Parts: sequence; structure tokens; C-alpha cells
Amino acid sequence: MNFGVYWAQQFLNGLSVGSQYALMAVGLAMVFGILRLINFAHGDVMMVAAYIGAFSLAAQVPLPLALLLVLLGTVLTGLLMERAAYRPLRRAPAVAVLLSSFAVGQILQNGTLLLSRLINQPVQMAFPTPDILQGAVLFNTFFGDLRLSRINLVSLIAGPILLVLLIIFIRRTTLGLSMRATAEDLQAAQLMGIDTNRVIMWAFVIGSLLAAVAGVLYASQAGQIKPDMGFTPVLKAFIAAVIGGFGSIPGAMIGGYVLGFLEVLLTALPGYGDLIRGSASPEVVTFLQTYLPTTLSRYRDAFVFVALIVLLLVRPGGILGTVDKE
Amino acid sequence: MNAQAITRTSPLATWVGVGIVAGVVVAIILLLEASGSAFWQGIFITLGMFIILAVSLNLASGFTGVFSLGHIGFMALGAYIAAILTLPVENKEELLNLPGWLATIHLDFTVGTFPLGFLTATLIAGLIASLLAVVVGAVLMRLSGHFVAVATLGFLVIVRVVLINADDFTRGARTFSNVTPYTDLWWVYGWAAVTLYTIWRIKFSAYGRAMFAQREDVAAARSVGIVIMRSRLFAFVVSAFFTAVAGSLWGHFITSFSPNAFYFDLTFRVITMLVVGGMGSVSGSVVGPVLITALAEALRRLEDYNQLYGISGISLALLFLIIIIFRPNGLMGSREFDVEWLGQRVLRALSFGRRREGEKPERFPAGE
Repeated sequence: MNFGVYWAQQFLNGLSVGSQYALMAVGLAMVFGILRLINFAHGDVMMVAAYIGAFSLAAQVPLPLALLLVLLGTVLTGLLMERAAYRPLRRAPAVAVLLSSFAVGQILQNGTLLLSRLINQPVQMAFPTPDILQGAVLFNTFFGDLRLSRINLVSLIAGPILLVLLIIFIRRTTLGLSMRATAEDLQAAQLMGIDTNRVIMWAFVIGSLLAAVAGVLYASQAGQIKPDMGFTPVLKAFIAAVIGGFGSIPGAMIGGYVLGFLEVLLTALPGYGDLIRGSASPEVVTFLQTYLPTTLSRYRDAFVFVALIVLLLVRPGGILGTVDKE
Repeated sequence: MNAQAITRTSPLATWVGVGIVAGVVVAIILLLEASGSAFWQGIFITLGMFIILAVSLNLASGFTGVFSLGHIGFMALGAYIAAILTLPVENKEELLNLPGWLATIHLDFTVGTFPLGFLTATLIAGLIASLLAVVVGAVLMRLSGHFVAVATLGFLVIVRVVLINADDFTRGARTFSNVTPYTDLWWVYGWAAVTLYTIWRIKFSAYGRAMFAQREDVAAARSVGIVIMRSRLFAFVVSAFFTAVAGSLWGHFITSFSPNAFYFDLTFRVITMLVVGGMGSVSGSVVGPVLITALAEALRRLEDYNQLYGISGISLALLFLIIIIFRPNGLMGSREFDVEWLGQRVLRALSFGRRREGEKPERFPAGE
């Protein structure tokens, strides 16, 4: 195995996984920045997006219309949960709102279960990945042939574009300005005449849109959807957001990519010893095989969470963020 | 919000009250055993397990305000450790791939008909979980607010990943089976009584008051000399012990389980019970499980009947939302069911009480 091809491929993988995490993490960070709420139901909004997509594609709705339905449905879900579960808790302690987001998640999951039952669809189904997202593209590069699945290609391109658009929106528009003001100090923003409820609603709209894109990409990649599919991604997105300093949007993007690379590294490094056997010195191979055996990669998620806990302790403000003084 | 002062002026009344409650529970157990209905016994065993879980979580989270979402991880460890210890040696060879020293251990010794081995295995499981809780807690209890919630959720994920991948000990994601069904109603409610008594005593001790104090105001608590870390860690460790005990009990009741059983659904169920009952109230953590178990069971039957799966999950989550929005302190807040009052009523009815009607009840101390 060529050293260059292997790592160039891993780099591409990291970049596309990172783009997906960045999309999710930014959605979380938008809401957290303003409300100091860790919206755990964000993953379930992704799930809702995937199901709307799956049901409409299964019903032979043309792809553009299906995507429109997905966006509309998720935005509606986001607005509804903000109004029903989070707005009544504006003054409640942070933990209460966190718990309420778990309840929202349960309602969305069980609602999906119930709905698929009512319209006679299987709950756990294969995601009808659109044709344009199927297959892979081969790149002829300096290092050699690199393979990238179309889904990864799309996330790799769509992720940064959406995130740059978002940054422009936040930096350059009046609504973006009021969002930054509200995130800085909700009460002060209110006193300055900003309709904070409207700002919060927009934060949920944007968050849901990002969740919709991430949800469809995630479902296409996983190939299968089920009501609790949002749990792991939202945890990962949370880690990404923490890495970047919670509430900071550029931070969440960087955190997403850092996490993506970290995960790819944790899968690529164990077993590397087996891969380079014959081409490297036996001592190096034995060292790698002993300390980074292939089986270690199965503990990837555990390592990621240990890293999260260490990070929370050592640098609670993340890489870019500042410590939230209570 | 504060724990109300308990002024025990009449130990007799308290004991009578406790005796009545215990009597009712024993009567229910006897009735259930006489009925021979495995279904109802199962429901009450599960209820008892949930009571232990909810009270333990209350100690760690309700009393201290440091919300732990990782407790089910301790329960999983308790279930696996105790089950490995009580598994017959031939099953160990067949199902697991244990290191030599562990493969020959089979805690099945009895005293008369009393399975002391099971008790020992449960205690060992609880102790190992507490030791782990010392390490995990020493790290996590430094965090606060929602960060501790997510970090403890991380602990839950870590435990799950380890359980799934430590095939030699746990059979990985496959079902761990052939566990001896030791657990019966007496075991569960015996342990529930021990848990309730211990945590009740903690609540009204200096330790408990320190926990409540730092929950309300960390700075103020620190200024009166409370070591925040020690107070939180103590709660976390004791709580982990009883949570692991509940895990052992459940494992020896259900007899086969996999890591999937100990994940977020169960976590959310116990949190619902805790929040509905009231964070900070020991009796609330009995009321919550009773209410939610009854409701969940009724809804589950409805679901089975009309095949509309999801209804029960939605209803319980809605109930949870309604409680958290309209009654954030739960049904009981930090208040407790007054066993002494119950005892006094009974004593008075039996005319053992010396007071006449209209007299100031003696449970209020002079000067209040």
C-alpha cells in the first residue's frame, strides 16, 4: 500500500466526515449561543428530515419537490418545538431545558413510530438514496487514484458552502446582527428593541435547515433509517461544538472538522501496522501492531468521549471560545 | 426548595408509621406471592427496581443539582459484574472467555436456603461500581450545569462501547444469558428498603444539608465551609453503589440481557420518574416510579391492543414536559411523606396519644 495514497484518502475521508459534523454542530451552536440550551432534539430533527425524505421519495415524489418537503417539514418541526417546549422555559434553569429537549426528542421519535404505523410503512427502512448520490467518484491525483463516494463529495462541497453562507448572513445582515446581539446578552438586546423571540425563531429555522441537510446526507450514507438514528450524531455534534467552544459558530465548524479528522485517525491508525508490513522495518510494524491493534478502532467512540471529558475539564471554553461566566 | 427541618419528637409515632408502611408492602408481597401471577410479580419487581434507581439518582442529581445522565452505566456494570460472578462455571466456559482466576468463581453458596452468594455478588458489583464512581466522579463533579449532564452521558456511551467490545467478559452485543433467577419480590423490596433508609438518613444528615446548600448556592455553601467536591462526590459514589445493586437485581430477574437494555431509553425513563416525583424528595422518588410504572403499563396494554406503538412514549414524554413546565419541582418538591404524622394519627385513633383535640400537635418544636 502506497503511503501517500493511504493518507491522502484518509484526509479526504476526514474532510467529508468533518463537513457533516460541522453542519450538525453549527445547528447546535446557533441555538446554544442564543439560549444557552443544548438542544438534544437536534438529532431527532435530522431523523425527521430523513423520514420525510424517505416517505416522499418512496411515494414517487420527484427529487427537488421531495427536498423542498424535507426543508419545510423540518423547519416546521423546529418552530413547533421551540414554541411548545422551549419558550415556556425561558426562565427555567439550564438543566430543565436540557431535559425538556430530551422529552421533545422522545416525542419526535415515538411520533415517527406512530406515524409510520398509521400510514402502513415499516419503521426501520432502507433509505431510498437518490441516484445522484449513489456510487463513487475516482480522482486521479498526484498520489494516485483516490476514491470518494458521491455522498461524501456532496458533503465535502455543500458543507463549506452552507457554512460560509451562514457566516455571511450573520456578519452582514440586520437579522444576523440582532442574532449576535441576542447571543451576547438576551435582556440587553430586548431593551434595545430587538424582538428576541423572533431572533430565537430564526435561530431554530436555520438550525433546522442545517439539520435537514445533515439528516439527508447522514441517512444516505447510513443507507438505513430508524427513529433513534439521531442520538449518536447529536452527541458527536455536541462534541464538535464543545471542541470549538460552545456557542461560537466558526468554532463549531472547526470543531466539526477536528472531530472528523480525529475519528478518521482513530480508525486509520489502529491496524496501520498490518498495512505496512513488508514495506517498513519490522520493529515499527511490531510496535504498531502491539500498541495500535486493529481491535482498538472499535473503541473509537469511547476515545472520542474521553477526549470530550478531558477537554471539558482542561479547556471548558473550547479552542476558540471563552469561558461562560455564570 | 429547602429540605424542611425534621423534628422528631415522637420516635414511637415514627416507628408506628414506618411499621404501617412496611406492613402494607409486606402484605402486598404476600398477596402477590399467593396469587402466583408471574405477570404481576414481574411488574412489582420492576417497580421496586425503578424505586431503587430513582432514589439513587435523586441522591446524586436531585440533592446536589449536578445532573447525571450516566447512571444507567453503573447499572449496566452492576448487572454484568454480578451476573458473571453467579454464572455457573460450565456456562462460563460455554459462553464467555474469562481469564483463569475469574472463570472458576461461582458464587452460589447458601446459608440454609438463603443465597448468600447472590448477596455477595451484588455487594461486590456495588463496590466495584462505587470505586469506579470515585474515579469518574472525581473528574466529572468538577463540571457543572449542562456540561456535567453531557459529560455523564459520555460516560454512558463509554460504558456501552466497552461492554459491546469486551466480548470475552460480556459476549459483546449478543445476549448474556443463563443468569440464575435469584431475584424475587423480597430481594427487591429488601434492597429498596435499605436504599430508602440510607438515602433518607443522608438527606437529613449534615452531608445531605451540605448537598442541598451547594445546590442552592455554591458560593454561599463554600463560604460556610462546605467542601463542594466532597459533598458531590459522596452523593455520586453512594448513588452508584445502589444503582449497581439495582442492576444486579434486574439482571438476576430478567436472566438474559444485552448492552442495549442499558441505554438512553432507560435513562430517560428513570429521569422522568425522578422529575415527576420531585428532585430532592425521597418519597417523591417512590411516588414517581409508582405513577409512571402504572401509566406506562396501562399505555402499553393500550398499544398492544390497537397496535399503535409510540402512543405510550409520546404520552410519557408529554407528561414529562407538562410537569417540567408547570410544576418544575415535581409533585413532591423537596417535601417528604410524613410517616410520623401517619403514626400519630394511628396512635391517636388507638387512643395511645395523650393529647386531646384542638391541642397544639407536639411535632412542632417549641418556639416555632
